[in-house]
Amino acid sequence: MKYESIIGLEVHAQLLTDSKIFCGCSTSFGAAPNHSTCPVCAGFPGALPVLNKKVVEFALYAGLAMHCKIAGSSRLARKNYFYPDLPKGYQISQYELPICSNGYIDVDVGGATKRVRLIRIHVEEDAGKNIHDAYEDCSLIDLNRAGVPLLEIVSEPDIRNPGEAVSYLKSLRAILRYLEVCDGNMEEGSFRCDANISVRRIGTESLGTKVEIKNLNSFKAIEKALEYEIKRQTDTLSEGGILVQETRLWDDKNEQTRSMRSKESAHDYRYFPDPDLLPINLNQTWTQKVCSNLPELPEARKGRLMSQYGLSAYDAELLTGRRDVADYLEAAINVCPNAKALSNWIIGDLFRVLKERKLDEQLRISDWPLQPTQLGDLVQLIDDGKINGKIAKVIFEALLDTNQSPRLIMTQQRLEQVSDPASLERSIDQVLITHAQQVAAYRGGNDKIFGFLVGQVMKASQGKANPQKVNELLKAKLS
Amino acid sequence: MNLFSLTIHEASDKLRKREVSSQELTEAVFQRVAETDGLIRSYITLCREAAIAQAKEADERLKREAPSSPLLGIPVALKDNLLTQGLRTTCASRILDNFISPYDSTVVAKVRSAGAVITGKTNLDEFAMGSSAENSAFFPTRNPWHLERVPGGSSGGSAASVAADQCIAALGTDTGGSIRQPAAFCGIVGLKPTYGRVSRYGVIAFASSMDQVGPMTKDVRDCALLLEAISGHDPADSTSVNCPVPSYSKSLTGDIAGLRLGVPKEYFTSGLQWTVDEAVTDAIRQLEKCGAIIEEVSLPHAEYAMAVYYIIATAEASSNLARYDGMRYGHRAAGRDLAETYMLTRAEGFGPEVKRRIMLGTYALSAGYYDEYYLKAQKVRTLVCRDFDTAFKHCDAIVTPTSPSTAFKMGEKIQNPLQMYLSDICTISINLAGVPAISVPCGLDREGLPIGMQVIGKHFDEPTILRVAYAYEQQTEWHRKKPALSHA
Repeated sequence: MKYESIIGLEVHAQLLTDSKIFCGCSTSFGAAPNHSTCPVCAGFPGALPVLNKKVVEFALYAGLAMHCKIAGSSRLARKNYFYPDLPKGYQISQYELPICSNGYIDVDVGGATKRVRLIRIHVEEDAGKNIHDAYEDCSLIDLNRAGVPLLEIVSEPDIRNPGEAVSYLKSLRAILRYLEVCDGNMEEGSFRCDANISVRRIGTESLGTKVEIKNLNSFKAIEKALEYEIKRQTDTLSEGGILVQETRLWDDKNEQTRSMRSKESAHDYRYFPDPDLLPINLNQTWTQKVCSNLPELPEARKGRLMSQYGLSAYDAELLTGRRDVADYLEAAINVCPNAKALSNWIIGDLFRVLKERKLDEQLRISDWPLQPTQLGDLVQLIDDGKINGKIAKVIFEALLDTNQSPRLIMTQQRLEQVSDPASLERSIDQVLITHAQQVAAYRGGNDKIFGFLVGQVMKASQGKANPQKVNELLKAKLS
Repeated sequence: MNLFSLTIHEASDKLRKREVSSQELTEAVFQRVAETDGLIRSYITLCREAAIAQAKEADERLKREAPSSPLLGIPVALKDNLLTQGLRTTCASRILDNFISPYDSTVVAKVRSAGAVITGKTNLDEFAMGSSAENSAFFPTRNPWHLERVPGGSSGGSAASVAADQCIAALGTDTGGSIRQPAAFCGIVGLKPTYGRVSRYGVIAFASSMDQVGPMTKDVRDCALLLEAISGHDPADSTSVNCPVPSYSKSLTGDIAGLRLGVPKEYFTSGLQWTVDEAVTDAIRQLEKCGAIIEEVSLPHAEYAMAVYYIIATAEASSNLARYDGMRYGHRAAGRDLAETYMLTRAEGFGPEVKRRIMLGTYALSAGYYDEYYLKAQKVRTLVCRDFDTAFKHCDAIVTPTSPSTAFKMGEKIQNPLQMYLSDICTISINLAGVPAISVPCGLDREGLPIGMQVIGKHFDEPTILRVAYAYEQQTEWHRKKPALSHA
């Protein structure tokens, strides 16, 4: 019997605001435990929340970018449960009336576009951290993270296999990064995912028993956990077994899921509107303002780079994965119109440098080792025939961290291309004399020797000779 | 004349004229406390040393500058659910009996910066849940008018301290009548402001959608002065309303000619103690003599207010009190594991009435019951609010008794929660609607126990209810009556 899997994903994305969602405490990492706290986020008696407007704005950005319906009036609600890392005994989240609902994103799945619908996007506060392994006889609590703003993004069960799940998450992450509302770092937990998965016999309409999987900390873990769970569920059903609705934890080390709690023991969170906070009034003016500030999104930009500059789909994808890279490309294009060449330089040489310096792991590169104008100028020098490609690589390296103009380096280091026939002929003549044996072989029909001779001329000119001219002149001499 | 008997405006006048110093006034008040509080027990915590230091500082300011606030140098008592930095705040609960707040509530910061002298923290029903001050985890407070009677609650300590001249004025909080009912029982003036008028920041929450801080004073003028000092928008409280604070004392004109006063028939029913009915009816007649136009109005959903209140208030409380888990502050029991630590901490830390309300509220919010209870209650709350909107189309203020009876005997209702809840029947719908109301003394019953009249106003129309209360006060002597304290 054939089974298909039905997958829905729930993503928690930490928002890049400077302060927490309901107080003025800093959200930055690295403070000593419990130092980024105040009576509000530490749940002291009498303390009251005040909503950070920036959080709502970030949610609007995400919602509009993902084609959601924006609520005219949205409410924050209390989710009640006891846990030591939850200082108030409730999490302020959203239940009825989330800020955004009914959206979608288009995901590239092996070249085809798949639309994954979104049920809702809402804002909520993060909990603190319990630290269990510091001492044997007690656990510690760090509330620095308590009150850090999160977006919860819930998809419809539109995903059919682990590959699609990963593609969806990557697209979602790219959008959030583009909007600069989340850095998308899975290892640090700023982009977290829970999965809901069930299987059913192909051809049936009704959904099977759903299992929620938690503790998925990397794309790899998500893929493996889903594969594992599909197999487990399919095997159970094929053997005539029965699945129970439950929450399961992914064990990364042993590569399996195990039961955490059943549906019966699930919490009753007793959601109700938080009386300490007024409804959020998302009027048209606010929404429109955010809408007009919305940047061009990855999918749209990729299409434009292809149609406007003739870039390949592959290159355009790589260049639009990050907003600052695409911005970089277009800034360079402003200086030099050769988009294809610029694209090659960025994907090849510049990405290598970024990777070496681990800058590629940052959301946004504040200090590029090379300015886009410098790269533009450099490519323009090639296109103007002032330097050849080989010399350009030399100049590229010399330009890093300097802010100097490529032209200046070219002049100072006398790297300008030699195209003057008289001086090239002198070099060629010299080479023909010193390599008489090879010349004879070439003339005897060994065509491969020609490349060697060009190389010798280039070497003699310290790489500065115009290779095309050298080719022409050498051909003429040898004919 | 005893200094401790002075009102805010009388004392402030004497301080300005340098007839008396704040230190003398403060010492007189503490002397009075020493003489009377052994029996009354208004205070949980006294802070004499700090108070004397604040009084001296006030005296310095009085020498240097023309006082900007009538509170400068005035000894004020605070209900012990208002957070005071560095000074123990217990909320009359075991779970917080060792709690020292790292910050001042906004109201406390306001009275401090006005130069008031803080005498101490007054007793209350634990977490402000109760109507007699008997639910305090520490001890009950007695009514200064009759030591076998309750002072009312939950702001029983504040009411008793004002009535017994153990302070010049006090702050209380009111979620369902907790300022007005004890004010009526103790023969003083108490005002519950419009929801959003006074900041709730730093006030230990009971029911967030209804809690308000308000003044408890010896007369209406003091009430206006103290209200003015604590009112105003607070960015730290999202439910505080940004609308200007009028000069409340300017509304005390004594003139209510032509003012339309509504009398809701639903409030004068068989459940009313006849002496209360008589006194309030007399008071209404008095207001009419002053030129007010009396009109009958109807608040048809008033009968549901009690049920609605005990669903919404307990639902909010069940969530608000979840933070008392023994993890970060307050009482903590030593359990073998996390669950046992939670259970023991809360079992030991909370008293029976608090537990009852947490359970009621938890139930009302539970899956499968939410729609039937919480949601239904919210809908009926809307109807209660509309009652007031409709009534206020026909009148400028509404006059009712504050409580259906005078102070009851200690122990009389503590075993019967429903009976206890009924003592707030006249005050509760005001909190549901968020409108302001004041209680003023309007008589004594056969046993010499005070009776209160409640004047209810439109949202943010504190000036009108103060005007009515003041006009009435001008015509009567009830507010000047003092308990004999013969047993003290």
